[in-house]
Amino acid sequence: MTGFLLKLLFAFLVGGFLCAVAQLLIDRTKLTPARILVSYVVAGVFLTAVGLYEPLVRFAGNGAATPLTGFGYSLAKGVERAVDERGLIGAVTGGLTGTAGGITAAMFFGLLAALIFRGKPK
Amino acid sequence: MKNTTEYAVYAGKRAKKSDLLPDCLRAFLTGGLICAGAQGMSELFLSLRIAEETVRILVPMILIFLTALLTGLGIFDNLAGFCGAGTLVPITGFANAVVSPALDSKNEGLVLGLGAKLFSVAGPVILYGTSASVVWGVLYWALGQLR
Repeated sequence: MTGFLLKLLFAFLVGGFLCAVAQLLIDRTKLTPARILVSYVVAGVFLTAVGLYEPLVRFAGNGAATPLTGFGYSLAKGVERAVDERGLIGAVTGGLTGTAGGITAAMFFGLLAALIFRGKPK
Repeated sequence: MKNTTEYAVYAGKRAKKSDLLPDCLRAFLTGGLICAGAQGMSELFLSLRIAEETVRILVPMILIFLTALLTGLGIFDNLAGFCGAGTLVPITGFANAVVSPALDSKNEGLVLGLGAKLFSVAGPVILYGTSASVVWGVLYWALGQLR
């Protein structure tokens, strides 16, 4: 039980920290939310490449995997796996393979929601 | 005319006027809660003997589904106005950036309205993220050759 609660706590702290940093950037710089999303994903790829993000995922679980940096982590891990298995060609197949679930879910549920619900008229 | 990249505008403009510390605190608490909730779901599924690989896809899927639903119902915008980066940075922000412009553009047509606008923020995210991963893939391969 303590193990369970600790995992929740670590996820809370790390995930919350990543969000607070983004809020700071939004408030104090010219970064728009869209740019934050892009920066976070690219930062996630970079941090995984230099070996910093994997330990964070192991420590915080979804606290590191759920923020958009975790999306970058999945991209980077995906190419590593694919390159290990298939060589250089894996560099172009691995990223989207690693993130297929999230991207497809976002597209499909996005489509459903857009079809079912009524949007704000412009 | 609204810039398309400002679709996920919730955190931006509204937050700028208010104070930095409460903004960051709200983002920290709400973003942390979402991540802790995701962790709770993970632990639950793992305890039900669902394979780890599956859980890793299932949890973000559920968050994306809930975001799509809440965005469709018009609840997410209000939530995001309060949470700021707390809902933007988790996968919920990505999902909202997919659903929201698609929903608002569907009367411009299913192809160039809904279909194209669905990617107005998700497109750049996927483009730059995937491209960065290709660069890393080539480097990773080259490093492997050297070993």
